[in-house]
Amino acid sequence: MNLFKISWKYLTFQPLSTGLNVFLLALGLAIITVLLLVQDQFEKKMSQDAAGVDLVVGAKGSPLQLILSSVYHIDFPTGNIKMDEAQRLSRNRLVKNVVPLAMGDNFQGYRILGTNHDYLELYQAEFTEGKAWEFPFEVVLGSEVARAMGLKIGDEFAGSHGISQGSHDHDAHNFVVSGILKPKGNVLDRLVLTSIESVWYTHDEESADSNDPEEAEERSEEEGSANLDEPSPVLAESDSHERFHHSVAKKGFPVSDQAREVTALLVQFRNPMAAIQLPRMINSGTNMQAASPSFEISRLFEMLGVGISLLQGIAVILIIVAGLGIFIALYNSLKERKYDLAILRTLGASRFQLVMLVFLEGILLTSLGAVLGILLGHSFLALLVSQGDQMIVASIQPWIFLQQELWILVYALVVGVFASLIPAWSAYQTSIAKQLTKA
Amino acid sequence: MLLLSKDLKFAHPGQKILQFPNIQLNANDSLLVLGKSGSGKSTLLNLIAGLLSPLSGDIQIDGVSISKLSGHALDLFRGKNIGIVFQKPHLISALNVRQNLELAHFFSKEKGQDLDGLLEELGIKQKAKASVLTLSEGEAQRVSIARALANSPKLILADEPTSSLDDAHAEKVIQLLQAQARKIGAALIIVTHDQRVKNQISNFIEVASS
Repeated sequence: MNLFKISWKYLTFQPLSTGLNVFLLALGLAIITVLLLVQDQFEKKMSQDAAGVDLVVGAKGSPLQLILSSVYHIDFPTGNIKMDEAQRLSRNRLVKNVVPLAMGDNFQGYRILGTNHDYLELYQAEFTEGKAWEFPFEVVLGSEVARAMGLKIGDEFAGSHGISQGSHDHDAHNFVVSGILKPKGNVLDRLVLTSIESVWYTHDEESADSNDPEEAEERSEEEGSANLDEPSPVLAESDSHERFHHSVAKKGFPVSDQAREVTALLVQFRNPMAAIQLPRMINSGTNMQAASPSFEISRLFEMLGVGISLLQGIAVILIIVAGLGIFIALYNSLKERKYDLAILRTLGASRFQLVMLVFLEGILLTSLGAVLGILLGHSFLALLVSQGDQMIVASIQPWIFLQQELWILVYALVVGVFASLIPAWSAYQTSIAKQLTKA
Repeated sequence: MLLLSKDLKFAHPGQKILQFPNIQLNANDSLLVLGKSGSGKSTLLNLIAGLLSPLSGDIQIDGVSISKLSGHALDLFRGKNIGIVFQKPHLISALNVRQNLELAHFFSKEKGQDLDGLLEELGIKQKAKASVLTLSEGEAQRVSIARALANSPKLILADEPTSSLDDAHAEKVIQLLQAQARKIGAALIIVTHDQRVKNQISNFIEVASS
């Protein structure tokens, strides 16, 4: 027998009231846990994926959409830009480096991104096996794509048109896996990387193969997909196959004898002056738009901020209500238990021990609530992640435990101590003789 | 001399001063405290148990002047040396029978008596794991006696222990108290106005409100 056991017995003696209070507190703390986890991982992911990208240049449209589509690969691209215009920009003295991106296809919902080897360097990608693409239609898989699709080096697959699942397949020419990346917990995990040429040639093949004008028209009208189908001169069979064996551009822009397009450019500045001059120059002087990832993302968080504050408010209210509930439960049960306390005193308990008994009860209740709340928060997030097919949610890891979660325990203990203050004081004040003779 | 009280006076707030007769009691002795309702019998018991402190006078238990003890020292002294049986059993309903007895050991920091043996002697061993809410009145009273005896106290105080019991039970309870007190060599004081008790214990003092 000890104080801990006695308070535990008292708590379990009233399971419904105890359960309700624990549950209320757990709900409030669960919301805070989810917010903490999501905020932490979102912000980390967001800044990790945008690291090294000073500016994104793409077709005119919503700057946020441009950032989301070209850096995080979640939204649809705003459209395409002319490659010669992009090349002109890359020669600007304020620009240190430009990584061109070409989008428009997917493989089972995973985006196929045409780019050069600079992109791999930008994210410091490492290979589990194989190597980067050298020839058209060679691809490098993100770790998650390889795992989910069960693909190995040398395997072949066909991409589908559009950036979300469900469109027709480009079955004219299969992609071949040349390398698989190590998992890094960034956006690369969920991408299929290849050369820009591969993306171009896929669509060249399409327009060369399909002589049905209706279908071509249908395709170009497809909503939201950055269609790279350029009406290109029909190439002779031998010609088209010969070019597949030329190695692709590993740096800068690919060489092409035709007017080509790319989807977006990731730009690195040469000096801080560029941050002031380049965006203005691009936005007013060209048909392209420039967007800064850090600015757009902080704007996005600002927009989400209202919802987050609302949730935080609800969580705080729940915690206060739970605190009140615990206070009332302790206070009421103490009224019934004054006689018990008097008996304990006659058995040799000190006032201090009785005060500890009340505090222990409050703290036990709230610690239970805290542990349950944290578990509930993580489970809820796990459920959300397993249900969500949107890329950014799916990449959250629900079973990471943060240091801030220790603060949740501390909050809970503070609530427990506060809720027990008045009942403990009244336990301290209990006069034994008065209680015993009152009976 | 186990218990010695001298010139005890006490006043409840706003009431006149109560004066108590002196008590001298040896180990193994039994004493009845008689008196009308409201005469201050229970107050005397509370004074002896150290639950109230007297206005003047002195109480010595086994040579220790309890009015000189205070705070936790007094609580511990009470837990170790005095066993109290109340008018009603007043067991802790969140705990089972045995756990109610364990409380006495825990708070007094004494090893005390073997609880299972004690329960057996009082005929409630089969109820050891039962919730105290399932006990009959007689059983509950016996558990409360067992709790008072758990630490083998030097002094047993009983406050109207028979008032809610029928004749047969009342007699049993008094016999039980006397037998147990003798067994552990404790002095026994019973506060009562119950005629049935007087038949069994002859030694008494009377508290009269003057």
